Amino acid sequence: MEIIAGLLNGFAVALEPANLLWCFVGVLLGTVVGILPGLGPPATIAMLLPLTFNMNPAGAIIMLAGIYYGAKYGGSTTSILMNVPGESASVVTCLDGYQMARKGRAGPALGIAAIASFVAGTVGVLGLMLVAPPIAKFALSFSSPEYFALMSLGLALVVLLAGRSIVKALLAALVGLWIASVGTDLFSGTSRFAFGQMELLSGIDFVVVAIGVFALAEVLANMEAREEAQLLPVPKGLKNLLPTMQDLKDCRFAFVNGSVIGFLVGALPGGGSTIASFLSYGLEKAVSPRREQFGTGVIEGVAAPEGANNSETGGALVPLLTLGIPGSGTTAILLAALVLWGFKPGPLFIPEHPALFWGLVASMYIGNVMLLILNLPLVPLFAQVLRMPVYVLYPLILGVSMVGVYSVSGSMFDLLLLMVFGLLGYLMRKLDYPSAPLILGLALGAGMERALRQSLMMSEGKLSILVSRPISTVMLSLAVLVLLIPMFGKLNAWRLRALEQG
Amino acid sequence: MEDGTRKSGDLWSGVALAALGLYIIIQAGQWEYLGPEGPGPGFFPLWYGVAMLALSALLIVSNLRRGYARGNAIDWTKLGRAFSTWFALAVSVALFKPLGFVISFALLTYFIVAVMYRRPLKTAALVAVASAGGFYLVFDRALSVPLPVGVLGF
Repeated sequence: MEIIAGLLNGFAVALEPANLLWCFVGVLLGTVVGILPGLGPPATIAMLLPLTFNMNPAGAIIMLAGIYYGAKYGGSTTSILMNVPGESASVVTCLDGYQMARKGRAGPALGIAAIASFVAGTVGVLGLMLVAPPIAKFALSFSSPEYFALMSLGLALVVLLAGRSIVKALLAALVGLWIASVGTDLFSGTSRFAFGQMELLSGIDFVVVAIGVFALAEVLANMEAREEAQLLPVPKGLKNLLPTMQDLKDCRFAFVNGSVIGFLVGALPGGGSTIASFLSYGLEKAVSPRREQFGTGVIEGVAAPEGANNSETGGALVPLLTLGIPGSGTTAILLAALVLWGFKPGPLFIPEHPALFWGLVASMYIGNVMLLILNLPLVPLFAQVLRMPVYVLYPLILGVSMVGVYSVSGSMFDLLLLMVFGLLGYLMRKLDYPSAPLILGLALGAGMERALRQSLMMSEGKLSILVSRPISTVMLSLAVLVLLIPMFGKLNAWRLRALEQG
Repeated sequence: MEDGTRKSGDLWSGVALAALGLYIIIQAGQWEYLGPEGPGPGFFPLWYGVAMLALSALLIVSNLRRGYARGNAIDWTKLGRAFSTWFALAVSVALFKPLGFVISFALLTYFIVAVMYRRPLKTAALVAVASAGGFYLVFDRALSVPLPVGVLGF
């Protein structure tokens, strides 16, 4: 009953003309961003975040979330038409989607990707709506030790699934913690790691790091090559985009599989849509009677991963909104956005800001419908975006990045920091250091330190408080176990296989 | 990145991170670790500094134990393109104060189109003027988002 009342209120918020407009802008931008290879949702959200500071928070979060899940829809287009994933979550879609397009079935491949995304995306929102409130209620009993343990577990999971080398992923997370420490310590007023720079006393802005590490580094990496990929022809007319009844029948299990796997993996910190789509594809292949044909243009091979990467969005918002723990780079940026607007995601977020939470949930239902409409008949139009020359696109991304950073503080120093973090992000890519743990370390660093210091204040300096309370004990044990996984041959082989294929 | 390159990259990044870890430990040592009211500002940095030093040492040692593997040479052309772009970007940021955003950004765009993508100079000039003008109209005029201003007043 509480949920229905909340949802009705949410629709009242989401259906306000301004919020409907922001929802549309978000899903439209998301689709375009998803289509464009080399520009992912974290980079786009980071770039646009500063421009939302003067917006109504409800409209702003609705738009940013729209970019997040809209990109998942758009990502399949380049996978199918160019064999180049528009974003990492659509890598698996290349396997069968591109083969379908080469056989002249690009239309049904694009159509089933949109339908699977809609079905699973809607199931993901349903999951968020049903699961988030009870989790938030449960988390009300958490105190500092539990929060420290939870953040440690979240960071450990991200480290586990972020890259081939656990050592490098851990080092990236530690660099994130260090960047989070720069500035004035709020407990004692001591300035830390400020290098005598006045500008660093207030810390390093999250937006500067996120835009540098994601957007700038992405452009620098893409600038390495001069050549552009070839686009296969896009079928015109809705009729040519609709899958047949047999196609839909073949995808029955893929819809369920994608929805469930996507949501569960999304709710797990560190899971992310790439892992979700890979797992869902693997499961689909394992249970399919024609598993040997996977990779040659099987329609379920498109439906399952596309469904999973959309359902993952709903799952990923559960720990973010109910516990204040982001599970990926994109949700870390959404966390920063909520904090910048003056909200504190956590157990009290839903009871204190019901209009915002339920408005977001309702807008996601609406956004998924908008995306289905946008992505079925208008796919040929969106594909034209791919004809935009990269020499026009990349300067635009660089320009928006610089304007975004400058608009936060009006500081030239922040622009210099942007250059530093852009170079750092590029070097990390070249040297195989994953960027997600760094961003998570930065997003969680201040909270982790606060929770740890408050825990030790509670216990008068005894570290045993972290392992003497049942919930924190379980979570810290899990975090340690997670980091030990690479030592177990079979489990590590599974992890590496998942990362390689993802 | 190819094997041989990655190995030396691991080694040098390990050394750089070890140095950072050591710096963090030394700095943290100068701040209060544990006071009467609980942990001080040096407590948390000391622990992650130690972890950083230990992990980077592990990276260096495992790299040295594996030895140098001959892999493909570094693709200097690719690296050169990325670094040239970064350098051009840094120069354009440095020019914000004297020239302002609009002119600096137009110069950056011109460089990318004409030099990096070797498009005709007319195309480069057209793209540069259109995108810089577009930024001015959209951000400065329509959205009232401030852009860095130069001596010319825009």
